[in-house]
Amino acid sequence: MSYYLMILVGAVLVNNFVLSRFLGCCPFLGVSKRTETALGMSGAVVFVMTVAAAVTWCVDRWLLQPNGLGYVHTLAFILVIAALVQFIDIAMKRFLPALHAALGIFLPLITTNCAVLGAAEINCKQGSGFFESVFFSFSAALGFGFALLVFSGLREKLAHANPPACFRGVAVALVAGGLLSLAFMGFSGLVKLPY
Amino acid sequence: MLIAIAVIAGIGFVGALALAIADRYLAVKEDPRIGLVSAALPGANCGGCGFPGCDGYARALVAGKAPNGACAAGGAAVATEIARILGLEAASVTRRVALVKCCGSRSETIRVGDYNGLCDCGLAAATAGGDKGCRYGCLGYGACANVCPQHAISITDGLAKVEKRLCIGCGKCVSACPRRLIELVPADATIHVLCNNPVRGPEVRKVCGTGCLGCHLCERNAGGPAAGHFTFSGFLAKVNYENPPTDEQLAAKCPAKCISVDPHWESAE
Repeated sequence: MSYYLMILVGAVLVNNFVLSRFLGCCPFLGVSKRTETALGMSGAVVFVMTVAAAVTWCVDRWLLQPNGLGYVHTLAFILVIAALVQFIDIAMKRFLPALHAALGIFLPLITTNCAVLGAAEINCKQGSGFFESVFFSFSAALGFGFALLVFSGLREKLAHANPPACFRGVAVALVAGGLLSLAFMGFSGLVKLPY
Repeated sequence: MLIAIAVIAGIGFVGALALAIADRYLAVKEDPRIGLVSAALPGANCGGCGFPGCDGYARALVAGKAPNGACAAGGAAVATEIARILGLEAASVTRRVALVKCCGSRSETIRVGDYNGLCDCGLAAATAGGDKGCRYGCLGYGACANVCPQHAISITDGLAKVEKRLCIGCGKCVSACPRRLIELVPADATIHVLCNNPVRGPEVRKVCGTGCLGCHLCERNAGGPAAGHFTFSGFLAKVNYENPPTDEQLAAKCPAKCISVDPHWESAE
């Protein structure tokens, strides 16, 4: 139990995917202008990352490793995740239209998201078990969503600020992101990391 | 090496096959008219119809949940086209444009303080009620101009003015104004009451040189209450846009000079 709690705290706070590992920076800057869209994106990432971790673990353990093909796992994961996200998009539209209306526009954005691929890569490198992998990816996605929500709150406040002309727009957003990352560095050493 | 190629190709093939099957058997059948109606709409996604974008309005139209003719930006041409696609009677669309119901420029109104905060009407109004003496008038910090997708609103002398030629009547400025003094009016109406202050005449006089006093003189000059060209709420005259007055002398006869003929700002172009 405490092991899983450590994974959770480690992935959300200490080794936050965006702010410490610098994965998924593009949606971090792209969809963080408003809190509602940030929330939708976070939901979609949590969903896709958890499912992708389960599928990539199966592909890696049962298809690649028995054939001694560990070295092509990145290539295989890209293919698997891209097909999977497209499939989820179609299936969700049919069976869960309400969820599709909320998350639908974010799903294509995640197809080639490095955070999703990064979680699968880390799982693969660690050689961890199935539930561990899935739980780690779920926690990492929660961490991503957490960072995205905090940052979108900051940017909504920033919209009312009046920075010097050369800082306006993306520049001041990047500065704010850097400061947020700095703040998260304060969590390092909080738990003994399994990852 | 060969195995690696075979495995990757295999994964790709299985994925493609799964997607092809899903596309075939899980496809959601949409009414083809939704696409046609979407294509007929302007695609500006201004939200003036009250639906989330042109696509949302198209869906509501096809589902029969929205009236045709709510698209102000498209106007009559789009309504006719949609009516043709859906087999409906074309609703008549009167073009509506935004009107700022205030003419209390900086020289006409008194200021009760200095506001040094951020240039935003909402924040100014939240700071002790704003720096303008009139609690109902235009603050002139451009909240409406900032949301206008057409850049049709400009601020001159502390007053927002709408350029009629550019306004598409989306109504974003109407909801952006913290004083709620912007109204969508028919574009062909010429006589407007440019005041939003409903309190008694002497109170209006204290803060503004051109505020409506509620004297009913405009109503009397336009044929009395029976003619129905004006309505009153409190001590504020309002033009009845269902039955607008046309006599341009009304502007000159208004003692407060808050009735104006075609006050929309027109650029030189």
